[in-house]
Amino acid sequence: MLLIQCPYCGPRPELEFAYGGQAHIARPLKPADLNDDEWAAFLYMRVNTKGVHAERWRHARGCNRFFNALRDTTTDHFLAVYKTGEARPALNTAGGHS
Amino acid sequence: MTQFRAAKGGRIDRSSAIEFEFDGQTYKAHPGDTLASALLANGVHLVGRSFKYHRPRGLLAAGAEEPNALVGVWRDSARYTPNLRATTVEIYPGLKAESQNRSPSLKFDRAGINGLFSRFIGAGFYYKTFMWPKTAWKSLYEPTIREAAGLGRAPTQADPDRYSNRHAHCDVLVVGAGAAGLSAARAAAAAGARVILCDEQAEMGGSLLSDVHTRINGLTASAWVASVLQELKANPRVTLLARTTAFGYFPHNHLGLNEKLTEHVAAPKPDQPRERLWQVRAAEVVLAMGAIERPLVFPGNDLPGILLADAARTYLQRYGVKVGSVVAVVTAHDSAYQTALDLHAAGVKIAVIADTRAEVSGDLAAQAWAAGIRIQHNSTVIGTRGKLRVTGIDLGQVSGSNVQPLESIACDTIIMSGGWTPSVHLHSQSRGKLVWDESLSAYIPGQTAERTRSVGSCRGIFGIAASLADGTKTGAEAAGTTSSITYEVEETRLANTGFIGALPQPGGKPGDKAFVDWQNDVTTKDLALAMREGFESVEHVKRYTTNGMATDQGKTSNMNALAFLAAGLDKPIPAVGLTTFRMPYTPVTFGSFAGYSRGELFDPVRRTAIHDWAQAQGAVFEDVGAWKRARYFPRGNEDMHAAVDRECVAVRQNCGIFDASTLGKIEVVGPDAATFLERLYVNSWANLKVGQSRYGILCREDGFVYDDGIIARLAEDRFHVTTTTGGAARVYAFMEDYLQTEWSDLSVWLTSISEQYSVIALQGPAARRVLEPLVTGVDVSAQALPHMGVVSGFICGIPMRLFRVSFTGELGFEINVPSDYGRAVWEAIYASGQPHGIVPYGTESMHVLRAEKGYIIVGQETDGTMTPDDVGLSWAIGKTKPDFVGKRSLARSSMHAKDRKQLVGLRTQDPKLVLEEGAQIVDSPGQKAPMRLIGHVTSSYHSAVLGHSIALAVVRGGRARVGQTLYVPMPTGDIPVIVTSTVFYDSEGAKLHG
Ligand SMILES: [Zn+2]
Repeated sequence: MLLIQCPYCGPRPELEFAYGGQAHIARPLKPADLNDDEWAAFLYMRVNTKGVHAERWRHARGCNRFFNALRDTTTDHFLAVYKTGEARPALNTAGGHS
Repeated sequence: MTQFRAAKGGRIDRSSAIEFEFDGQTYKAHPGDTLASALLANGVHLVGRSFKYHRPRGLLAAGAEEPNALVGVWRDSARYTPNLRATTVEIYPGLKAESQNRSPSLKFDRAGINGLFSRFIGAGFYYKTFMWPKTAWKSLYEPTIREAAGLGRAPTQADPDRYSNRHAHCDVLVVGAGAAGLSAARAAAAAGARVILCDEQAEMGGSLLSDVHTRINGLTASAWVASVLQELKANPRVTLLARTTAFGYFPHNHLGLNEKLTEHVAAPKPDQPRERLWQVRAAEVVLAMGAIERPLVFPGNDLPGILLADAARTYLQRYGVKVGSVVAVVTAHDSAYQTALDLHAAGVKIAVIADTRAEVSGDLAAQAWAAGIRIQHNSTVIGTRGKLRVTGIDLGQVSGSNVQPLESIACDTIIMSGGWTPSVHLHSQSRGKLVWDESLSAYIPGQTAERTRSVGSCRGIFGIAASLADGTKTGAEAAGTTSSITYEVEETRLANTGFIGALPQPGGKPGDKAFVDWQNDVTTKDLALAMREGFESVEHVKRYTTNGMATDQGKTSNMNALAFLAAGLDKPIPAVGLTTFRMPYTPVTFGSFAGYSRGELFDPVRRTAIHDWAQAQGAVFEDVGAWKRARYFPRGNEDMHAAVDRECVAVRQNCGIFDASTLGKIEVVGPDAATFLERLYVNSWANLKVGQSRYGILCREDGFVYDDGIIARLAEDRFHVTTTTGGAARVYAFMEDYLQTEWSDLSVWLTSISEQYSVIALQGPAARRVLEPLVTGVDVSAQALPHMGVVSGFICGIPMRLFRVSFTGELGFEINVPSDYGRAVWEAIYASGQPHGIVPYGTESMHVLRAEKGYIIVGQETDGTMTPDDVGLSWAIGKTKPDFVGKRSLARSSMHAKDRKQLVGLRTQDPKLVLEEGAQIVDSPGQKAPMRLIGHVTSSYHSAVLGHSIALAVVRGGRARVGQTLYVPMPTGDIPVIVTSTVFYDSEGAKLHG
């Protein structure tokens, strides 16, 4: 079971969280302006990263807030957590312990 | 005592003799024995038949790595545990055990004949034998193979025992309490760390418990163990867990530990848990798992009486048991010399030490010479003699690549050592890398992926002094400090040599019945065959031959198979690679994993405030998610159909009362509440007046219906949103998602109020007359509170939110009161309804009543691919809204294709015939498979009110087919159906507005 750092509550077991998929996919402000291909890309196209993945989590059984995290999908180590709306942090190192 | 019990020594309690039973025969043992040591003390080596060939097998090991001696142990018919390793079963008075995979008895086994056909059931036989005819697999081949090849039988009764579960945190978790683990725990504890030390055995100490020669700080090894354990026990920050196996290493230093609590107890207390599953989150982990001795691979190496050398030493020094009378030793490592010397000193005749090495030096060899033991260098084994027990060994002499037969030597036991394989299982499970150490000829832990450190022989550090130093240094490191603890050790130094692969045979052939994997019956011939057939990847060879895939996970076989493969492929071992280690390290019971989650505690149950009332009325309940919902209220001998018919008629003629408390309820509050709903739901909300409600539809971004419900505006900035029962949690999460991550510009607060309100639906022509006398502060007349009107007031003095809504098509109210008052208000309404013929009705009637009106149920009429228009709800969409969730997807042309599946009604010619829900629909009769399917039945009931069956269905281009005859193909023939409107009852809606 992963140990996940909620930016509001601190480290909590994975059981308290709900996964929210890939982060930084903003809903288009005017969906009507998108053609079908663009809309399909927004709806369905997701990366399948081997390595650092920016993803959303919700502390569903805690503070109930969404936040973003950088997780290395090869190790499951969290490299950073940050609040919704904040920019994806730059990483100095490629890995390390959580 | 028997002739195989040594005159002295061992950690058994010789003052007490206990009896146990094996295969129906009674034997004597001492407390402290394992089933394995007790059987050996009684001269019993034959303890099982092998998995595939039913070959007679004896004990190979003394610990958890044992592949052969799988036994069934039981206390009573409900407590039968198969596949236990006899080496880990502790003896208690009256223990009952039996061997497995033999019929009728161990000594005479019918399927032993499998051995004769072994050339047909070699590697890959599952894949290439019995391929035809296909049907024979199920009826003939599989049952026969399962009968012949297998493990123990499962118990037939429910497990009556309790299994406990505990979460724990610590600074340092130490796995393994041998020299390295004990010293690591001691150093970490000395630094003030919170330490958990676990060990799979009954007694902590590991190999030190069978080491009678080494001195640590002037103490015998076992005395030193006792002193350290005493010190650790006295430390309140240290938890010692014996009989506890760390079976799994999960991400972020989360380890699964299985603690056996009563397996060793003769009469466990009934309230005592049998096992405990520990889930430990450790800041740092120290793995001190030790090393496992490698067997040697030679023809006939699986006869009872052939076992690992160190196992023989453990049986002698820890359990006071001699493994035989005349022992031949085959070794590639110095440690077997110590065993030979120990056995010799205990009066066992050592027939020969056959050493695979060209030269042997060191103290132990010198002592063996001095003791007059024959040592044969450059040895190999080319065969063994005996049927149910080894009677002799055929030695060969190796010179260069040439192997010549040497001589046959009589013996009743062969002990062997191919050297030691570090136990890297948990390190590998933690996704740590393994590196090949050429000097050790072993894989040892490389780069770690977790905060974990390996110490002692599991990382290739052999010897007591070295392990103690390694454990001390690393244990302190794990606790974030350094240690000044040192140990004075007197021990015999051993050369780190070994042999991996198969011992050389005359002519360079693999030889017959040279077993690599004892438990899965894999021989060198099987591996050679796999290579001849082109399998080169170690992962493929593993699956093709099943080497290493048995319950022992190849603890004694993986390295030999790998080396044999590497030699055959002419590659260095690291180029062949290693298979991945998986959890569990040793088998864990289902009971341990289930823990408390059994019976009533298997899954949480949600009950409404009215549940007990319904139960008292004899309601039959159904599970809806975690909720218990009253399905119908039978009277007298009514079956469900009779009860539902009566309930439905009563609602339409008089009045019914229904517990709708499970509906999801979310309060949406804030200055931007209307805007929020406007963006989310397909409907318009800005124009919804306070005191009104509207049927809302929620789509996902892909345009498909996700949920529905009534949304009421209680104030300009306050909405009471209802969701489906099953959708409550996900709709709430869906709302939070948009609010927190997309529309943070909106000032809105969401509160789940599902459990705060009981919802009582009062439906039927008499509903108003029943309700009126109970309410205050509200006018429930048709003029003051029209259909879809909402008002706040009091009922029986209790504050309520009163919705005039209907899911039945009748005049209806939904009364929302705080849950604490739900039952009281329900009973008041029920009493008030008595003169009006009120009946309670359940979910089954609710379904029929709503289907008569063509109202959909999300998840029944929809399946995640239905648009609002598909289910006839396009009228609800706010056409002038610039955007809502799903709008862009609904604009795609395919969402308007004429042949989309659309919701329609179906009528059967036979009014009594109720279609099967889920049945497929075709447009012409008599079709042969594969038929052209154009839809399916989504809801189907008998309608007592209408006097005929009704059904809802989704059909391609369905709305244009109204009046057509379609067909529902069933095994009994095609059922013709006529496509109708979805509304079967009161299509003008006059009753709704009554
Ligand atoms: Zn939180």
